[in-house]
Amino acid sequence: MAEYYWETPLTDEQIHQLRIGDQVYLTGIIYMARDAAHKRMVELLEQREPLPVDLRQQIIFYAGPCPPKPGQIIGPTAPTTAYRMDPYAPAMFAYGVKGTIGKGPRREIVKEACKTYGAVSFAAIGGLSAILSKCIKVVEIVAYEDLGPEAIRKLEVVNFPVLVAYDADGQDLYEQEIQKYRR
Amino acid sequence: MRTIHVDDIKDTVARLCWEACYYLPFDILDSFKKAEQREVSPLGKSILNQLIENAEVAATEHMPYCHDTGLAVVYVEVGQEVYLTGGSFQESIHAGVRKGYQEGFLRKSVVGDPLLRVNTNDNTPAVIHTEIVPGDQVKITLLPKGGGSENMSAMKFLLPGEGVEGVKKFVIETIEAAGGKACPPVIVGVGIGGSFDKVTAIAKEAILREVGVHHHETHIAELEKELLEEINKTGIGPQGLGGVNTALWVAVETYACHITALPVAVNIQCHAARKKSAVI
Repeated sequence: MAEYYWETPLTDEQIHQLRIGDQVYLTGIIYMARDAAHKRMVELLEQREPLPVDLRQQIIFYAGPCPPKPGQIIGPTAPTTAYRMDPYAPAMFAYGVKGTIGKGPRREIVKEACKTYGAVSFAAIGGLSAILSKCIKVVEIVAYEDLGPEAIRKLEVVNFPVLVAYDADGQDLYEQEIQKYRR
Repeated sequence: MRTIHVDDIKDTVARLCWEACYYLPFDILDSFKKAEQREVSPLGKSILNQLIENAEVAATEHMPYCHDTGLAVVYVEVGQEVYLTGGSFQESIHAGVRKGYQEGFLRKSVVGDPLLRVNTNDNTPAVIHTEIVPGDQVKITLLPKGGGSENMSAMKFLLPGEGVEGVKKFVIETIEAAGGKACPPVIVGVGIGGSFDKVTAIAKEAILREVGVHHHETHIAELEKELLEEINKTGIGPQGLGGVNTALWVAVETYACHITALPVAVNIQCHAARKKSAVI
């Protein structure tokens, strides 16, 4: 299992190099969006309308932060449960999103979409909010401000730790690891 | 009679909101440390260590342990010799949640209408469970309940003849279906008996019980031990990425039920197992 310190956006070559279990430390821009923002974006894609933010080649972090305290850049933040975004993921990958960061296993349609469109689904630790928020250096709300914690945010991160949970070959880290410890 | 002003209730609820979200209870932190010792998966061990560190950072810096600061579930035990004055009791609790989530910089995670889905922006309304008890005090317990694990909870009416084996089967099925989605390692609250509403209420009360304390009845305590062992054989592990710590604890609560029925409810609590009580 390899370890990479990479700058975003990731190239197609980098995406295809990744294997499940690899640890990647991301530095650069990633975008934060979750349930309500995905619903709106996929409706736009279905109507062949442009998205409010260009997310092609980008990584989407499924999360909604706490509000920042005075002096903080962002409040505590960690991934939300990824499977709720499963119905939207194939359309987002088809559009050009290259990776997502969430927690927990995903459905077959996402594995297939990773293979079809050359994308990866990363996992970060759910609830590791106090620690993960320290990797976020700049935050800007770029769309759907009315959604509050669910607005789309552009983040600048430094060494944000993620694991490759589903790679572009359709491999599944959850399935592989659980089998090792099942008795 | 003892007079208590509802503003005292409001202020206590507000304080409990942020204290619960910033400071993970000792019994939970202790169970992380024990789990870390037991864990055989290197990835699982690393995750548990990071959770311990996260709890320390959150407590030191007075910030939420998890960004999902939950739907506020508030349990209030009101002594029957208490006279509440100064306004509405129910409203004082909502006002406390409003104040606590605003002033504590906690996430507002509530939509006012489940279908229209517009955020209320103050995390109200709370879910309130009130009980009238003997005495002249008011005890308030705050349970900020995260959404990911709540979504994986389940309830079923078994046939009475399915008995304890049926209960175990349903609990394991629920945990397997939840897998990594419920943010393990989890605390599992199980309700057995009662009615459609009661069984889910006691399952939720079960997750408030201190980790390490078994049910007072021997056969239920045995069931708790067996369930914990079985759940940890699933291999799901921390974050669903494999290991021997899928659950940190299982607590079962029971209630009398109808001759036709054997209701079972499983309420899953993620590792952000926050709870905080105060007595006025």
